[in-house]
Amino acid sequence: MARTILPFGPQHPVLPEPLHLKLTIEDETVVEALPTLGYVHRGLEKLCEVRDFNQMIQIVERVCGICSCLHALCYCEGVEQIMGVEVPRRAKYLRTIWGELHRVHSHLLWLGLFADAFGFESLFMQFWRVRERIMDIMEATCGNRVVVSVNVIGGVRRDLTPEQCKWIEEQVAIAEKEIRQLSSTILNDYTVKKRCCGKGVLTKDQAYQLGAVGPMLRGSGWAQDARQTGYAAFGELGFEPIVEYDGDSYARSAVRFRETLQSLDIVRLAIARLPEGEIASKVKGKPQGETVTRVEQPRGELMYYLKADGSKHMDRVRIRTPTFANIPPLLAMLPGCELADVPVIVLSIDPCISCTER
Amino acid sequence: MLETIPLSLDQVAAVAKECFDDGWRQVTMSAVDCGEAGFEIFYHYDKDLVMRHYRLSIPKETVVPSISPVYFCALLIENEIRDQFGICFSDIVLDFGGALYLEAEVRAMPFCKVSVAEKQS
Amino acid sequence: MFNMTKNVVANLFSKSSTRLYPIAVRGHFEGFRGTLHINIDECIFCRTCMIKCPSQCIAVDNKAGTWTCEAMSCVYCGVCVDVCPTGCLSMSKEHRPVATEKQTMAYQGVPKKKKKEAAE
Ligand code: SF4
Ligand code: SF4
Repeated sequence: MARTILPFGPQHPVLPEPLHLKLTIEDETVVEALPTLGYVHRGLEKLCEVRDFNQMIQIVERVCGICSCLHALCYCEGVEQIMGVEVPRRAKYLRTIWGELHRVHSHLLWLGLFADAFGFESLFMQFWRVRERIMDIMEATCGNRVVVSVNVIGGVRRDLTPEQCKWIEEQVAIAEKEIRQLSSTILNDYTVKKRCCGKGVLTKDQAYQLGAVGPMLRGSGWAQDARQTGYAAFGELGFEPIVEYDGDSYARSAVRFRETLQSLDIVRLAIARLPEGEIASKVKGKPQGETVTRVEQPRGELMYYLKADGSKHMDRVRIRTPTFANIPPLLAMLPGCELADVPVIVLSIDPCISCTER
Repeated sequence: MLETIPLSLDQVAAVAKECFDDGWRQVTMSAVDCGEAGFEIFYHYDKDLVMRHYRLSIPKETVVPSISPVYFCALLIENEIRDQFGICFSDIVLDFGGALYLEAEVRAMPFCKVSVAEKQS
Repeated sequence: MFNMTKNVVANLFSKSSTRLYPIAVRGHFEGFRGTLHINIDECIFCRTCMIKCPSQCIAVDNKAGTWTCEAMSCVYCGVCVDVCPTGCLSMSKEHRPVATEKQTMAYQGVPKKKKKEAAE
């Protein structure tokens, strides 16, 4: 049968960011997909050679526009490990709270975009309305909506007052109620199921071998989450990953939906157990050594490899973002699907191309 | 601090195969420019949240055997390293030839300090 | 069908979830990092802010006594406010109005005299 090559992206109504896929199609079926990257490469890793290691915090926050807090958290944990800095317990809890709020807002953003991908505009608006509540919390407590800039090496920059804690708890309770109202639509609606169930199936073995991370991996039945390694306060709070077994787009959205609620619970738990004390410890000297740190970003596991040579610049900052790891599984999922399902499948990996190219 | 297992050039593929059969997930590879000493490439694997790091030290202009026939997901990483550092890999399953981020026509690599060796085995 | 009726009725009687923007403005929370301000009289031209700023948008000349900030490259991280030894930098919660041209904040202060000169 005649084959056609169809460019998908970099500008496409469904894509929030520029990913270009060369789709080879036969009739309406995709046979091959080839990715092209490089539209938003900014060379942030290289900047570590000209900015000092404290300034890099603000730079790594800008790797990803949505999960800035977790990037800074991962970087700071790495540098703290190298320098042997003990972070105060309160700072760990605060980091967890802001990190989880980031996950909630990122998942809500994604759920909205996903609804948009199959043309459910009003669901999209509903999710984003709930998200606004989380953004308000962020703005009131950190001083900015997205790039919160609260992490410093040795701790955090802002503290929560008891009133703020109470207010966050109220807001989280309302947000949870609103999210639960949407659950029947995103999880049980006939049309939604029709568009997601059985689309873009990634089997359990495939997911693992292709190095999928985050909700991709958990949607395919692997209970693996970097939060189990106990970064920030997770060592004390305990954590159970959320797993779905079908490996299709629906399973992935279910994982993310349930994780949203779980993260709200973690926020509540962390606030309830928030210990008193310092929020930052003094840091002296310059880092020297190398380390690898991992945290769980909304899109999956984020890995930093840091190398410092004792000067004020880092020697190497290697950032492996989750979307980078999730593109090979995407390439494996696309062949065999119908052209009309491509947007849903592409979005189901939660692509963040700025992350990928850094 | 970071415990690594040294790796030599001819073991790369064999070790990858071993890890694959043993059920390790490939996390990523990191390349580090060590100036005069050449490059270091780390292979990070993960199994049940335990990580294992292999350290491969190579002089400049070495062609490294690709592990992408074993771990398909390594293809993006290897292509990226080629773009950024100019380290060539042999037999990548999907070789962008240094044009993952750039258009194919652009041959000057702004990403790496060393000039790119055009030859590739 | 019943669900829908319920929703329709609820929506009819609940208030609008959007704001009439130019009339009702949202405003910002206390502590929002909106605009950077400097009290130039207190500045001692120590250049700490210039060195620590991650986007390198501040230029301080300690001889001429000028403090300039490229407002458009500032990322509002608030690092300069934290590190300034005299506390002369501050952030207000209103963000900068939209502009059609790049703006530079330039201030002229009195450079601090060296101790020797001051004694003369
Ligand atoms: S707020 Fe941040 S970016 Fe802006 S001038 Fe201060 S340090 Fe620089
Ligand atoms: S840190 Fe403060 S006192 Fe020093 S130059 Fe900057 S604004 Fe002036």
